[in-house]
Amino acid sequence: MKTLLVAEYRDGRLLGSTYDLVAFASQLGGESAMFLVGSDSDLPQYDGTLYLADSAKYGEFNPSVHKQLLLDVIDKEQPDMVVFNHSSYGWDLAPRVALAMGAAQISEVVDIVDGALVTPVCNAKLRREIKAKTAKCVVTLQAGAFTLSGEPSGTVAVEKIECDAKSLVVFNGYEESEAGGVDLSKAEIIVSAGRGIGKPENLEIIRSLAKALKGEYGASRPVVDSEWAEHNRQVGTTGQTVSPKLYVACGISGAIQHIAGMKKSEFIVAVNTDRDAPIGEVADVLVVADLKQFVPALTERLAG
Amino acid sequence: MKILVCMKQVPDMESKFRINDQGSWYDESDLAWRMNEYDEYSVEQAILLKEQVGEGDLTVLSIGPKRIQETMKKALAMGCDRGVHVNDVKVHEKDPFEIASIIAEFAKDKNFDMIFTGMQSQDRGSGQVGVLVAEMLNLPCITTIVDFAFDNGTVNAKRELEGGVKAKVSAQAPVLVTCQLGLNSPRYPTLPNIMKAKKKELAVVEVGDLLTVESRLETPKISLPEKKSGGLILEGEVGDLVEQLVTLLKERTTVFA
Repeated sequence: MKTLLVAEYRDGRLLGSTYDLVAFASQLGGESAMFLVGSDSDLPQYDGTLYLADSAKYGEFNPSVHKQLLLDVIDKEQPDMVVFNHSSYGWDLAPRVALAMGAAQISEVVDIVDGALVTPVCNAKLRREIKAKTAKCVVTLQAGAFTLSGEPSGTVAVEKIECDAKSLVVFNGYEESEAGGVDLSKAEIIVSAGRGIGKPENLEIIRSLAKALKGEYGASRPVVDSEWAEHNRQVGTTGQTVSPKLYVACGISGAIQHIAGMKKSEFIVAVNTDRDAPIGEVADVLVVADLKQFVPALTERLAG
Repeated sequence: MKILVCMKQVPDMESKFRINDQGSWYDESDLAWRMNEYDEYSVEQAILLKEQVGEGDLTVLSIGPKRIQETMKKALAMGCDRGVHVNDVKVHEKDPFEIASIIAEFAKDKNFDMIFTGMQSQDRGSGQVGVLVAEMLNLPCITTIVDFAFDNGTVNAKRELEGGVKAKVSAQAPVLVTCQLGLNSPRYPTLPNIMKAKKKELAVVEVGDLLTVESRLETPKISLPEKKSGGLILEGEVGDLVEQLVTLLKERTTVFA
């Protein structure tokens, strides 16, 4: 199996998720090479060929141009599999490349079982084994599903690449999220509210428990999208990644994006009416109860 | 202005899923069906755009068996002008490449000025279909948008990246955008609009008329995930649950230290 790994750059820095690709490739075995639109100033630690296009020239986000740069490398390297992270960069670029290659794409791979790739279905309530019928295929990897056991090491052999493809979209730069607010990544105890709180007034139940535990409160994406909580309270891939001593997930079903943001917590308590909620997969304790009754009772017990 | 929005009907994710007899997909009996959550945002954004430009024709397209018409009627009641139901009883066996090919085949000679899709479906979540449709039609595509503005043929959108950062991207219409959760506030259909929707055109096209490609993926197996070992499940009276949890927290964490 020969793989081509598509590394990512953001704001002039190599993203750490690049090493998930390396971990996946080593699990598969065989040769690999790497592709990056980036710069000499921050190169991956990797023993192999790095096809490097200059991000100052081609932009960090420019799908039609990155596609062409990648297709030129694919043409030269003839990989069996092209591997992306399942990220805002990867899920945007991968289908474009797959279509141009005439290859199948398997999205959000979490495991390899007997040569088939495993992906989550229905919010990870089911697992699906998938195989490509095409000779070559494109895959994207779920964040954190494949990780290196040790520190990354190695030296790349850089091969500079160029192309003159036309751009269909214009990238006008990044916008940082509003400054200020809480840094949940430093909190030792976090109590988070999910869709199960039902209405915005019930956020107070969650805040009270957080206060009784001398911790911070957080929220899942639906709660923030509904504007029941500020964005700087959001835990998950598009919010903050946290690893407190205690994480209490209240009414959070456990979307993959949320779990990716809190699964490294030392001790996880989930409060949910659904015994089969995916949050149970990562919880040390699942309390099957209505949070509107259980959480105030717990708060009272702790205060008393 | 001609607008297309693509919508998928999915099971309610709170459902208890079972595997079908063939072990190839989830059992579809006893499931409640609803609009894919991402598509609620794309339907809303398409309607907002039509309202902004003050004229136009907004088509909602969906692929699946007859039951999807219920969900299509919701999109019509929200404000889409017409529906195209691509009738396919085996939609769950189609891979993203086939689904995108069907949509592109439908759209190729219709000259849509804008196409909206969800960034992914809640059940399969491949995130491929919208991008593939755009590539097949050779349109610019902006994925995962959380902000959308249309000004005189120019789309200015913000893509959501990881860690709360957004990328500002623009393109000239026709453009396909894939919508992320939180893009807008999807409206609830009002009763008068639900009544009006019953009179709107809902055309049925057989999938065989639009499908010209073969699948590129196969699913040898679908299964329930293994439960993580060590996870304790507490059930019972609230008062007892509180005591049990407090004891556990004292034994196994240092939060009361």
